[in-house]
Amino acid sequence: MIRVVIPAHLRTLAKVSGEIQLSVDAPVTQARILDALEQQYPMLRGTVRDQQTKQRRAFVRYFACEDDLSHDPPDAPVPTEVAEGKEPFFIIGAIAGGCSGGSTLSIP
Amino acid sequence: MGNSFNRVRVLVGTRKGAFILESDGERKDWQVSGPHFAGWEIYHMKASPADPNRIYASQSTGWFGQMIQRSDDGGKTWDTVGNNFAYEGVPGTHQWYDGTPHPWEFKRVWHLEPSWTDPDVVYAGVEDAALFKSVNGGKDWAELSGLRNHGSGAHWQPGAGGMCLHTIILDPTQPGRIYIAISAAGAFRTTDDGKTWQPINRGLQSQYIPDPDAEVGHCVHHIAMHPSRPDVLYMQKHWDVMRSDNAGDLWREVSGDLPSDFGFVIDVHAHEPETIYVVPIKSDSEHFPPDGKLRVYRSRSGGNEWEALTEGLPQQDCYVNVLRDAMAVDSLDSCGVYFGTTGGQVYASADGGDTWSAIVRDLPAVLSVEVQSLP
Repeated sequence: MIRVVIPAHLRTLAKVSGEIQLSVDAPVTQARILDALEQQYPMLRGTVRDQQTKQRRAFVRYFACEDDLSHDPPDAPVPTEVAEGKEPFFIIGAIAGGCSGGSTLSIP
Repeated sequence: MGNSFNRVRVLVGTRKGAFILESDGERKDWQVSGPHFAGWEIYHMKASPADPNRIYASQSTGWFGQMIQRSDDGGKTWDTVGNNFAYEGVPGTHQWYDGTPHPWEFKRVWHLEPSWTDPDVVYAGVEDAALFKSVNGGKDWAELSGLRNHGSGAHWQPGAGGMCLHTIILDPTQPGRIYIAISAAGAFRTTDDGKTWQPINRGLQSQYIPDPDAEVGHCVHHIAMHPSRPDVLYMQKHWDVMRSDNAGDLWREVSGDLPSDFGFVIDVHAHEPETIYVVPIKSDSEHFPPDGKLRVYRSRSGGNEWEALTEGLPQQDCYVNVLRDAMAVDSLDSCGVYFGTTGGQVYASADGGDTWSAIVRDLPAVLSVEVQSLP
């Protein structure tokens, strides 16, 4: 089983606590992990990556094994430790940012 | 007069979650529940007129995007429904702030408007400006693309808050007639449930655009209608309070003796269609109440003559704003009026605006206020 850690807001949305366990066919890739995540938790569709383009959202990152995998190709295999369930795949909400272009309802 | 309503439920969307306030008909003692969806921006919540237990909420963050939540038990429990807002076809471009073409990109839902008659039918106004409709309780959304493609879309330009479709008004007497407003494109009307649209901005004068009386390009902040008179519309524009008596075909200014004709909210008394409310805000750059005094202004003549309503509102050192979807009225015998501020207060008047009190304070900045009148 693949271990996945998602941000607090998404745990609330998915009504889960702690790590998520996902069954993912080999070869395990980012795209397959996210496919399985969205299959098991449909409410997370669109929160990590765009529903049409499948592009990672701007303020989301993927970490594993002390590396930033955010810019790896979606179909590239993830590290062996992740594929074997020894290390989790982290989906991270950026500490900074979050308001693309500002969020200023008060300004017309 | 007399009606069957003796409870109210106030739906408050804030920068950091949703709050629901309930009271009996006296509207003195309030139960506050929340935050729901803590930490998320709740741009808008609105209940179905056909089923008061059905409430829709727009939940978003810049990190994780847009969610739509639905409650079927009056806000006690919630479930996520559909959040796939895909523009129909190739979206093309609109104008960016510097006048260059910019791709249409979905950012968030500003306003949810449930049908008068069917709890499963709901409209969503989004940024970048477009109108979506769901006929299955929010599970699936389809764009009413005739608006975006009606001809002027490529020339629409965002205001500083983004190019948002923030106002949706459904005519209860003519199914299929809808008014919408976009900042900063203007107001539009359809009579065929969104297939075709026409701009309804004649009479608007906006000195901040190259052609002050252009067909589109006006920064409309909000529009209000009394359901018994769907041809009469009231508008708070960037500057100017406006009125139309012919469904938007022609507007005339009714700012009259307001201390500032800039503002965001406008609403109509539940039982007196000629009684309207605004909250003047000082602009162009300050965006807080003139003189640090929070005053609602009421006109009993459909505009032009206004009176300041101050009792119970802070009359010194008040520098909050009241955003465009943050005012609502209830339908109890004595009409209640409600508004929320960027300082986190929700003020209510149970006597049509004569006296006010904060029914909750110190919430996150309030983005929207809606009210349900309940039996």
